[in-house]
Amino acid sequence: MPIRITVNGKRRIFGGPPFKRLIDVLREDFQLTGTKEGCGEGECGACTVLLDGEPVNSCLIPVGQLDGRAVKTVESLAAGERLNALQQCFLESGGAQCGICTPGMLMTASYWLGSGGSKDPSAVRNALAGNLCRCTGYQQIVDSVIAAARKRKSRA
Amino acid sequence: MPSVGKSELRYEGKEKLRGEAKYLDDYEIPGCLYGATLRSSVPHARIREIVFDPRFPWSEFVVATAKDVPRNQVALIELDQPLLADDVVRHAFEPIALIAHPRRELAYEALSHVRVEYEELDCVLTLEDSLAVKHAIYSTDNVFKKYLIEKGDVEKGLAESRFIVEGEYRVPHQEHAYIENNAMAAWWEDGALHVMGSLQCPYYVHKALKHLFELPDEKLRVVQTATGGGFGGKEEYPNMIGGHAAVLSRKAGRPVKIVYDRAEDMAATTKRHPAIVRHRTGLSREGRLLAQDIEVLMDGGAYVTLTPVVLSRGTLHATGPYECPNVRVRSKALATHTPPNGAFRGFGAPQTLFAAELHWEKIARETGLDSLRLRRLNAFREGSTTATGQRLKESVGALESLERCVARSGYARKRKEYERFNRDARKPVWKGIGLAMVHHGAGFTGSGELHLASRAALSLTREGEIRVLAASTEIGQGTNTLFAQIVADSVGVPLERVRVETPDTSRVPNSGPTVASRTCMVVGGLLRRAALELRKELRGAHPKAPGSPAALRAAARKICGAGKEKIFEAQYQNPPDIRWDDQNYRGDAYGVYSYAAAVADLEVDKTTYEVRVRKITTAQDIGKAVNPLLAKGQIAGGTAQAVGYALYENVVMRAGAMANPQLTNYIIPTALDTPPMDVSVVEKPFSGGPFGAKGVGELPMDVPGPAIAAAVCHATGAWIAELPLLPEKLLHAHKNNGQR
Amino acid sequence: MRGIAESMAWIRPRSAREALERLAERPEALPLAGGTDFMVAWNAGLQNHRTILDLSRVAEWGSIHATKAGVIVGALATHSTLQRHPAIRRDFPLLPKACALIGALAIQNRGTLGGNIANASPAGDTFPPLAVYEAIVHVASREGRRAVPFTDIFAGVKKTTLRPGELITAVELPFPRTRPKRSYFRKVGTRAAQALSKTVAAGLLWLSSGGAVEELRFALGSMAPTVRRLKSAESFLRGKRLDGPAIDHACTLLERDVSPIDDVRSTAEYRLAVSRNLLREFLENQR
Repeated sequence: MPIRITVNGKRRIFGGPPFKRLIDVLREDFQLTGTKEGCGEGECGACTVLLDGEPVNSCLIPVGQLDGRAVKTVESLAAGERLNALQQCFLESGGAQCGICTPGMLMTASYWLGSGGSKDPSAVRNALAGNLCRCTGYQQIVDSVIAAARKRKSRA
Repeated sequence: MPSVGKSELRYEGKEKLRGEAKYLDDYEIPGCLYGATLRSSVPHARIREIVFDPRFPWSEFVVATAKDVPRNQVALIELDQPLLADDVVRHAFEPIALIAHPRRELAYEALSHVRVEYEELDCVLTLEDSLAVKHAIYSTDNVFKKYLIEKGDVEKGLAESRFIVEGEYRVPHQEHAYIENNAMAAWWEDGALHVMGSLQCPYYVHKALKHLFELPDEKLRVVQTATGGGFGGKEEYPNMIGGHAAVLSRKAGRPVKIVYDRAEDMAATTKRHPAIVRHRTGLSREGRLLAQDIEVLMDGGAYVTLTPVVLSRGTLHATGPYECPNVRVRSKALATHTPPNGAFRGFGAPQTLFAAELHWEKIARETGLDSLRLRRLNAFREGSTTATGQRLKESVGALESLERCVARSGYARKRKEYERFNRDARKPVWKGIGLAMVHHGAGFTGSGELHLASRAALSLTREGEIRVLAASTEIGQGTNTLFAQIVADSVGVPLERVRVETPDTSRVPNSGPTVASRTCMVVGGLLRRAALELRKELRGAHPKAPGSPAALRAAARKICGAGKEKIFEAQYQNPPDIRWDDQNYRGDAYGVYSYAAAVADLEVDKTTYEVRVRKITTAQDIGKAVNPLLAKGQIAGGTAQAVGYALYENVVMRAGAMANPQLTNYIIPTALDTPPMDVSVVEKPFSGGPFGAKGVGELPMDVPGPAIAAAVCHATGAWIAELPLLPEKLLHAHKNNGQR
Repeated sequence: MRGIAESMAWIRPRSAREALERLAERPEALPLAGGTDFMVAWNAGLQNHRTILDLSRVAEWGSIHATKAGVIVGALATHSTLQRHPAIRRDFPLLPKACALIGALAIQNRGTLGGNIANASPAGDTFPPLAVYEAIVHVASREGRRAVPFTDIFAGVKKTTLRPGELITAVELPFPRTRPKRSYFRKVGTRAAQALSKTVAAGLLWLSSGGAVEELRFALGSMAPTVRRLKSAESFLRGKRLDGPAIDHACTLLERDVSPIDDVRSTAEYRLAVSRNLLREFLENQR
């Protein structure tokens, strides 16, 4: 029984074993390698994607549970060559160093911004607590998200 | 417009933000097999037999053991470590055999169909047992390496002292916990070996594989892929995994990828060396240092790997950034049957500096003198002489960093304010503020850079593009961006004209490893020299080059002649006034030192003994911030790792193996555990570094540990001289200490 | 990366009835809800070749609704859903507090209350609140239904008293007769966010108009193989005023009802001392 999922706005069909993890289907079957595996324990958040708009760990979900649902990955953020506002803020404020936590971090931050999250630094820290970063000490990530929240406010 | 000093955007930032940067596991390699590693389940044993389940379809798998390795030694400093254990295993999780299959999960499953029969041997699992030679496991005394630094006469200095203060300090293993686990791939093509992966030092892998397979240089190529964090954890271990992938690939006749999962990476790969450091310090009535007698013990693990060099750096930093007329530092690294410890940001210095700095608090407690005043009195200044007799001629920003930190954090005021606060028993927390100051030698120790004789080059293409050719890797710290900035300004072209090539040993010269805070200062310095040479030629070829783009192109065509490019290479030369005696550990241990101070402001919960760091203020003298945003990113990142080291990170060893090899149980700080940081850069330029730059990579790791420990002691009144400062230890110390 | 997808047999019922039918046919099948715990073990290669009963399409077990007697939480309600539900936030506030500290948001979005209970981890953060609210676990099999008092659902570390063929369908939270005067929840992990508990406490307290204890309920997680109510301290304090000596004595009684251990996360000494501090903090009303 093939599984139908909408990935980054495109309808995709997966015909493989339903117990294959979402992260493996994204990376191996749909060639979306932006989503990273850091621990396989649901602890580091590098594999974070949005499932029907909410962040989840794609390393902990058998794809068979997702028939009819919509997934968004880091590849959905930029419009062609242009980075979106959040990505641009990460670039300018030093939010990415080695880059391996970045896709998951961006997805969590996207959710935070999209759901009306504030630009209060401790609230931002709390929102990002499920995404481990070992390079930045989080300071410049928090700065990046706050900068994006400011841009969002000024646009609205 | 000069680029150096500006926060230029990260060179490879866009591709990382788009999720397009390719890490090893993102490469689809046609025909690739996946490798899995069979590991020892015991710390020390003779391997009687490796039994392969006869009912398992082994014909679908490729299996390799020690006998498939042409020369079974992982070449690093010594040749004592096998790629695959042959007759004896010397630590838990030591690799014994390799299995490959087109499906990763099936390769792993096959591991459960192999049984190793062991004859268990006596083992030594702790530093104490090794020191006591419970069993001789390396030479007759278990000592991998020892050093002695002597200056003046310690006994005489102690005899003349008004105060003598002793202290013992302990620091634990630390796991790198880069978010990308170790990953390497290898394949053979016409007798040549190709290796790529997540690594810091392409030429280390090159050297190790050359030795394993007895290959000539031209039959071996090592390429770095995007690397998801290193911190020293991908300095030497990729030699091992690269070797494993190559052995399997040679047997299979197909490419092989080995990607560790988190549990395997944590349990099997290197950690920071645990250490015990003892101080006996003599001071005058007013607090001037008269004698420092220091003993350092480090646990090297089962094989030598990089331990002698880690111990060396630890030894050389053991005094802290203070001048003392009489010094003795005795250090030893010992063998145990535990997984080898290795490179980790700071490389021995965070261990000994923790002791040196926290010892000031011990001294303050016992003498009644203020620890800030003691530091001010004894700190290195220009003209000071170190324990090895090195005269610090320039770029000594210790006190400047200290004073900036003290001022910005309100240290002196809060120290008193918190003491008042803590007298109120009804408050739910104790508050504390603590200070530390460190130095960190930039580049390799002593004559290390001279022996390395690193090279770096620039390629000028016919189109007038300048390409950086260096083996220094981008692992998140900003190598690409810094190199492009240094080269652009040195040649005198806009940043966009400079490209940085991926480290590939078939293309880039050996610039030495990406370690020891040497990338910007040493390799950046080589690139600057090559760039100045290139600039001279451009100007000679066209009077308006490199200023105008058209002139630059014209000059480039002229210089390249019939070729596609011209290479400008520079090689390391020792500055004439640097002298180092490796036998007696005397002289200029490092070309220059960076300096840092930090103040930790924190609270300890009286109900749970949990420590919450509210703020860290730090000022770091790095000579020159080539890119301030990246420099601050390095400082904040190192600071967070040190917060983890100080408070959370606890490698639980049971029977010689890590008992908590999961991110669920080995706790690194989240965004919520990491305090807001006030980071400022002090710039005391170094004449030997490009644009005045010194090292920054490791320095931030050295300083928060002792500052946090000092603050915890300030808050609770308890004396805890051992990291990590787990609530369990605080509770225990508090109980023993009675009510404050 | 060590899980073998093809090795897994996959049963996907569309309704509660079908789920119970299929489980009766295949009692060895492992029920899967949000997967936040099972998948960790599966990723480590420890759960290959299993039969999985995927419950994600059983819509009737995902809802939360209030009755006159209390609130019925479907077993498949996620920790995120629980935090948002107005009746739960109003009448059972300790539960959303606990849910907010289970892993990070990405885990809360997938993990379910029923899954959490069935998993029976000694460190389950929702368990102390459920114990003090005296929740009732509704269980069903093809043969019928039964209701189990919350603390009786656990048999030991990772063990429940569910019988073969039984599934948790809902958790009922009965409204207390009167609103408690005080309520308390505190989790002590290794770090500020998404850490497993070293100890976790929930408490409810009813006081008479004269200030004596009418009823105390206090429960601890991570302090024994299963969640524990502090029966000794609770009964000692009944009818007493919360003065210094009474509180001191209640704190010494704590250890009668728990049996903490040393493990990779903490020590028995710490767990016991801090749990006493938590009880004291609650009784002294310091938080």
